[in-house]
Amino acid sequence: MQAIVNVFLKEGVLDPQGKAAHHAIDSLGFTGVSDVRIGKQIIIQLDTDDKTKAEAEVKEMCETLLANTVIEDYTIEID
Amino acid sequence: MKVAVLRFPGTNCEFDTQYAFEKLGHTTQLVWHEDETLPKDIDLVVVPGGFSYGDYLRSGSIARFSPVMKAVTSYANDGGKVLGICNGFQILTEAGLLPGALKRNNNLHFISKHQNLCVINSNNAFLNQCEKGEVLNIPIAHADGNYYIDDAGFKKLEANEQILLRYSDSDGKPVVVNGSVTSIAGVCNENKNVFGLMPHPERALEAILGSVDGIRMLKGFDAS
Repeated sequence: MQAIVNVFLKEGVLDPQGKAAHHAIDSLGFTGVSDVRIGKQIIIQLDTDDKTKAEAEVKEMCETLLANTVIEDYTIEID
Repeated sequence: MKVAVLRFPGTNCEFDTQYAFEKLGHTTQLVWHEDETLPKDIDLVVVPGGFSYGDYLRSGSIARFSPVMKAVTSYANDGGKVLGICNGFQILTEAGLLPGALKRNNNLHFISKHQNLCVINSNNAFLNQCEKGEVLNIPIAHADGNYYIDDAGFKKLEANEQILLRYSDSDGKPVVVNGSVTSIAGVCNENKNVFGLMPHPERALEAILGSVDGIRMLKGFDAS
């Protein structure tokens, strides 16, 4: 089983890297880009076939290590 | 005073930190991150600057799970004094021993320069040799020093006099250096026994190197 974790800065917390990339996109001549946010993706291979158990474990990994919930939100996809 | 200085893979300010406290007449001992206990009869734990674990994932996020950090957490919870400098500050926020978090600098630069700091609260074990409102000149050197805390947390910090230092001009007026909430450069915990700051007082001990203001900061621990 594979878990894909996406970690992003929370809405309302300024994302300086996203802002710099947004500026670069604008300067390349692309129009109509209203926001750019940069996060990270963490791909985890799990031995279990139990989706509920996998979800619970990955959530705990996020809460303790993979995301700093003071400034970041995360999403988990399992398949 | 006996000072324990922690050392993680990637720490690089441990010797400067030892030098600083020894210059002030204290004994110091390096403590490896795999140690599960702290030396006996210590008066202060310092988490020095550097790039523990290469700043992978987030600065300080891996170091906080080192065996020694369990001992540091219980030492702090029992009222022991802990000081985190730069990467040490990041480790202490990641460990939940200090409120808030340190993000990438707003301009995305690694900022390395001498910086004026205004003392916001000196009523604590760290800055008691400084005057409230005094301006100190201390070097900074960081990429992830952009202090963030939410509004509720900020109000608590202010009400409980937990804001230690702000980046300022030579008159003590706050200036934007890295994007920190209200230009915060250092904070302490609610019980005022855990301290964290991005600037490096251990690099401001000799006039030939540009400032001696670090001495007065670090001397606070002798008096307390």
